[in-house]
Amino acid sequence: MMNTKRTEKIAFSALLVLTLLVIAPVVMIFAVLLIKGLPAITPEFIFSMPRDGMRAGGIFPAIVGTFYLALGTAVFSIPLGIMAAIYLNEYAAQNWLTRTIEIAIINLAGVPSIVYGLFGLGLFVSLFGVSILAGSLTLAIMTLPTIITATREALNAVPRSFREVSYSLGASRWQTVRNVVLPNAVPGIITGVILGLSRAAGETAPILFTVAAFYLPHLPQSVYDQAMALPYHIYVLSTQVPNVSSKIQYGTILVLVGMVFILNIIASYLRARFRRRKTW
Amino acid sequence: MNKRIEYIIEKAILLSGIASVVFVILIFIFLLKEGLSLFGTENFFSFISGKNWYPISDPPQFGILPLILGSVFVTFGAIVIAVPLGIAVAIYIAEVAPLRFRDILKSGIELLAAIPSVVLGFLGIVTLAPLLKHLFNLPSGLTALAGSTMLAFMALPTIVSIIEDSIVSVPRNYKEGSLALGATHWQTIYRVILPAASSGILAAVMLGIGRVIGETMAVLMITGNAAVMPTSLLQPVRTLTATIAAEMGETVGGSSHYFALFAIGIILFIISFIINLLADWFLHKK
Amino acid sequence: MVAKLDIYKLNVFFDSNKVVKDLTLQVEPNEILGIIGPSNSGKTSFLKTLNRLNELYRNCSTTGLVKLDGKNIHDIDIQILRKKIGIVFALPLPLPLTIFDNVAYGPRMHGIKNRSKLAEIVEKSLTSSAIWDEVKDRLNEPAFRLSGGQQQRLCIARTLAVEPEVILYDEPCSGLDPISTQKIEDAMRQLRSNYTQILVTNNVKQAARVSDRTAFFLMGELVEISNTGDLFTSPKDKRTEEYITGRFG
Repeated sequence: MMNTKRTEKIAFSALLVLTLLVIAPVVMIFAVLLIKGLPAITPEFIFSMPRDGMRAGGIFPAIVGTFYLALGTAVFSIPLGIMAAIYLNEYAAQNWLTRTIEIAIINLAGVPSIVYGLFGLGLFVSLFGVSILAGSLTLAIMTLPTIITATREALNAVPRSFREVSYSLGASRWQTVRNVVLPNAVPGIITGVILGLSRAAGETAPILFTVAAFYLPHLPQSVYDQAMALPYHIYVLSTQVPNVSSKIQYGTILVLVGMVFILNIIASYLRARFRRRKTW
Repeated sequence: MNKRIEYIIEKAILLSGIASVVFVILIFIFLLKEGLSLFGTENFFSFISGKNWYPISDPPQFGILPLILGSVFVTFGAIVIAVPLGIAVAIYIAEVAPLRFRDILKSGIELLAAIPSVVLGFLGIVTLAPLLKHLFNLPSGLTALAGSTMLAFMALPTIVSIIEDSIVSVPRNYKEGSLALGATHWQTIYRVILPAASSGILAAVMLGIGRVIGETMAVLMITGNAAVMPTSLLQPVRTLTATIAAEMGETVGGSSHYFALFAIGIILFIISFIINLLADWFLHKK
Repeated sequence: MVAKLDIYKLNVFFDSNKVVKDLTLQVEPNEILGIIGPSNSGKTSFLKTLNRLNELYRNCSTTGLVKLDGKNIHDIDIQILRKKIGIVFALPLPLPLTIFDNVAYGPRMHGIKNRSKLAEIVEKSLTSSAIWDEVKDRLNEPAFRLSGGQQQRLCIARTLAVEPEVILYDEPCSGLDPISTQKIEDAMRQLRSNYTQILVTNNVKQAARVSDRTAFFLMGELVEISNTGDLFTSPKDKRTEEYITGRFG
């Protein structure tokens, strides 16, 4: 009898150690990023152009580029994703077409990011050139599964009885979706969208050949322009430019990770706030 | 008037639903369009099994076996590290951790998932590679093992989350029945709960594999860049994904090198298609 | 006299399970028809067939004929049908909106946008369901703040707002206190002159109080239907008598 109790104690201690082994690096990563990156964060760093082969100056064009790409991704993926989710949840019957669509979404979610880059190169770049437009479209298709899944969950969370009430009063299907289902799903949708966009903002492989510029002396003027972007800039600073100070490297990383982190916090906050204010 | 607008909206919704299928087909078609052009000049069999990847030599050789093995080695290493670790962490979070820590731990793991891969690649270069170089006395730490370790970390959030969900959905009465018979909590976990969660664990492994095989930037940055047949984890390798990322910038559109990279893309697409289908099947097989 | 609702050999299936068997009955205009019977007798499934609400359930199918004012309900536009046949559910189900918006929801969906017209409809409906005085100063408050009984009367008002001809009640007072129940029963009596009402209830005594005729359903079949007084004092079928006297239930 004592033996099994002791085994349990050992086992549980081992589990704790392993868990800490996983969690500790996460904490350390953030600590290191903050300690080494914070000194680089100055207004000049954020708002000015890179100088001296990117070894000095700021990262403003990369920040702007990332912002434009996120915007473009949002414009293309949000309406499409929400409507696709509405179709699957509120309109589609249980048939082979629906199952095919669901399989397609699972696959889009699993396609390697570099393959998206190839696809973007093969289609969008040949149509629009290496541009913000091509990059946004590529990122948008990549983000689509995330938005569809999050929206479907949000739609499912709306109680079935609301729909039944609406139909029983003689409302049509679209009226029911628009007036009863969607308004109550919006908070969940927003959370999913923010998380999806924050992931898109951090991606490098899809933008390598579709939009990313090694160095641009000016900000992009139109959607047909190339642009710099934070993830690609980090890659460049880490591997393509010799003698970059680690301060600049960590500073750039901190800006990107900071952006992603803040977006995640906003999403979590919205999710918690919505859960509290729910009246059903 | 209203009915007409509603009709248009509902048609748009239907089209959006079909869009995903269209995109999958489009991706496959465009990969095929450029990739299959390679096989006008190259032999498919020597592409897959050729041991020499010398795309810029004259004449170029396009054997991707070293790249396939590179991906396999790195993936295998990553899964060997991540799955046991993932199971352990999932068990701890789901069954052992005091309730108040549960949320903190889960958030910690989720935070890991939020870190962009290029950042992890950089951190691998500055911390992991020197460590491995030191530990194993290597000429360089940029090796398959570095890649496996980093990828294991990247796959952990997915793996932990799925296994944790599976553990939590094991019916309570299994657990209570076992405890009532006098088994300790730990015995209940490894004798009753884990077997009951096995299809979830399998799904997690599949999804982990999918995640790892498809990863590009971190492996590009830390597995060294040697497109040679690997013999151990402690040497530099090149994965399928990293090859595309590293070399596409250097190719000329329409050259056979260009087509070869797309052909690699086709292989990756098919692999991830199969893995994801399998994972989904395991997840829904209850 | 043409029946308001004419039901002929209605069968309702969930997958292959037959929950309503060969039902034939007529509902007279302006009557309150009570339907009693133990759980799973098919009462609710029958009710939801009338306004085609059971089409929301993917595994439900029906055979047989249902006519409203002589017209097959499948030949009437479904939104108009549901406007004409309203339903009050067993649980009070206010929408997560204000009291005003709950009642105005139906009319808005049917195209009424004018604010003062809506206000007029809202007042009229809330008055007819005997709740106007309690809420007239709180119209912009969320509906979920009302008590259970008030919410249910709100739901009746919501149904009345689309100006139906028939009102279906699916055990509307289950879970309500006696005072709320009485208010709702009073409202039903007031509505008799303008509406045809069908009341499904598990409470035999409520049927006795409120309905003009009463039907007894058992295991999906209509066992007996007659004037309420006759059904309760001299039921023709033994099973009816046993249910009413509480021998089973």
